[in-house]
Amino acid sequence: MKKKVISIALVLALALSFAALSGCGSSKVVLNVYNWGMNIAEGEDGYIDVIALFEEKYPDIDVNYSTYDTNEALYTRLKNGGASYDVIIPSDYMIARMIAEDMLLPLDFENIPNYELVDEQFKNQSYDPNNEYSVPYTWGTVGIIYNTKYVDEADIGGWDLLWNEKYAGRILMVGNERDAFAIAEARLGYSFNTEDPDELQAAADLLMEQKPLVQQYSMDNIYDAMDNEEAWIGVYYAGDCMLMMQENPDLNFYLPEEETFNVFIDAMCIPSCAEHKEEAELFINFICEPEICGGNMDYLGYGAPVSAAKDYMDPEMASSPVAYPDAETLARGEAFGALSTEAQQLMSSLWTDIYGGEASA
Amino acid sequence: MKTKALASPYIVWMLIFTIVPLAMVFYFAFTTNSGEFTFTNMARAAEYLPVLMRSVWYALAACVICLLIGYPVAYVIAQTSASWQRVLYLLVTLPMCMSFLLRTLAWVALLRNTGIINTLLAGLGIGPLPLIRNAGSVIMGMVYNYLPYMIMPLYTVIAKLDPRLIEAAQDLGCDSAQVFRRVILPLSMPGIVSGITMVFVPAVSTFYISQKLGGTNNTMIGDIIELQFKGSINQNLGAAMSLILMLLVFVSIWLMNRFTGEGDEGVATL
Repeated sequence: MKKKVISIALVLALALSFAALSGCGSSKVVLNVYNWGMNIAEGEDGYIDVIALFEEKYPDIDVNYSTYDTNEALYTRLKNGGASYDVIIPSDYMIARMIAEDMLLPLDFENIPNYELVDEQFKNQSYDPNNEYSVPYTWGTVGIIYNTKYVDEADIGGWDLLWNEKYAGRILMVGNERDAFAIAEARLGYSFNTEDPDELQAAADLLMEQKPLVQQYSMDNIYDAMDNEEAWIGVYYAGDCMLMMQENPDLNFYLPEEETFNVFIDAMCIPSCAEHKEEAELFINFICEPEICGGNMDYLGYGAPVSAAKDYMDPEMASSPVAYPDAETLARGEAFGALSTEAQQLMSSLWTDIYGGEASA
Repeated sequence: MKTKALASPYIVWMLIFTIVPLAMVFYFAFTTNSGEFTFTNMARAAEYLPVLMRSVWYALAACVICLLIGYPVAYVIAQTSASWQRVLYLLVTLPMCMSFLLRTLAWVALLRNTGIINTLLAGLGIGPLPLIRNAGSVIMGMVYNYLPYMIMPLYTVIAKLDPRLIEAAQDLGCDSAQVFRRVILPLSMPGIVSGITMVFVPAVSTFYISQKLGGTNNTMIGDIIELQFKGSINQNLGAAMSLILMLLVFVSIWLMNRFTGEGDEGVATL
């Protein structure tokens, strides 16, 4: 009998605590932020914790933070419905596509006064020509990271390092179609936004030729493979490369000396499924505050679209040639634009062929 | 009537989580992006037959190895005392308590060139051996992950074998090889079929194992399907590929069930 009383009491206590929890939840707005993996400072190693600072400033908002791997994964998640996100951070070409497909809400800039601080060079971009839907989060480049212990300095300098048979099986190729095609297109001297089927086919042939040398088509797992030296050469985003270089001092990064390379902007947007638009705008505004932006970029190693943020950054980071290449180098950069549906589908099917095909070594 | 009512939660469950998704796969496989009827997806999906055959090949190899390892293990467990059987059975199923993803990642840490095994071998002046990113490592990953699914049905069937049948065979002059071949093996056929089905089906459709343990030439049909949904944004082609894979799985289950005939126990029909 006594046992029974105790267990009933326990059940009651449990039920009450659940009630208390849910009561607590209902008074707070839950803001769903969906960002790239490894793409915000979270308070490790002495960096700021952006989300905690936001929640401190706005105690009525709870941030529910989750991550994705590729622009395409983000697109699919939104397109399939059923998910609700308030802030997303896609890249330029994906923003253009989402605007064209009515997937984004126009922003109310009354709530984002800090937009004024964003540098002019990041406004009026072709993906959002009237600055209605997006606020830049970072910008950066795609280049080559390599391990100086194993890679001969004479071999570096261009994209051809990724086709160098000396390093067969040690090369990590970037694992999404748009970035992979861009590198082949750069080698062939084509635009990254070409829709010509012959040019896309030629780029695919070049990627197939590279396949026997590739250890893996990788995204975030490049961190692990470069850090423990399983791979010696990889292609990735400059900011991530800086993080890897901090982990393993033998790693180094370069942008091709003569060929073109991708310059991208990731920008904050509000998808049409958003439930808390106003709070989302508060969040976007908060991210643009120079102090927050600077602290965040210190961790990310990407370019800050807000110049005033540099005052709050580690001076070494703010002057790093990896994060901030000089103007001459940047002139070789090319941005991604939206591709036509036909070109997009052709690229996808060519990429599937490369990915699934068997390359003879 | 009353028993039928008891099944209704399951019927509702199946309707929502099996029938509706299946219908959606059919719908996407035979429509274009804008919803018009088409056969293009199926024709495109058929172009990836080599990848499908590669997957079937790996899965079959994994099945054979699982059977060769699993049968003796199941047999030995079934011969021990009841309390030992419980302990050993628990040990077989124990790895399944841990996330399958974690276990596969652990193999990466063991097998890679800079991994634990090759580092130890380097200390002895050997290597590095090509332990990872080939067909062998993918099949090994499958065997490791799916072995319990082979052992469990085999053990269940072997443990229930009537010892009097074996004694009778011995009395009638069979040597131990004959007893095994003519009595034990035929009687454990339902377990073998069920084990092969339970290993083959998840193995042929896996994608994670090949991505982590395979190289760029070991891509499986599951990887290509995943790419259509997560990378290339072509759900219709992905659905068509899934449909072909499902047909293959159904045909192989049907074939396996024919081996044992009707009315046998322990056959997984999924």
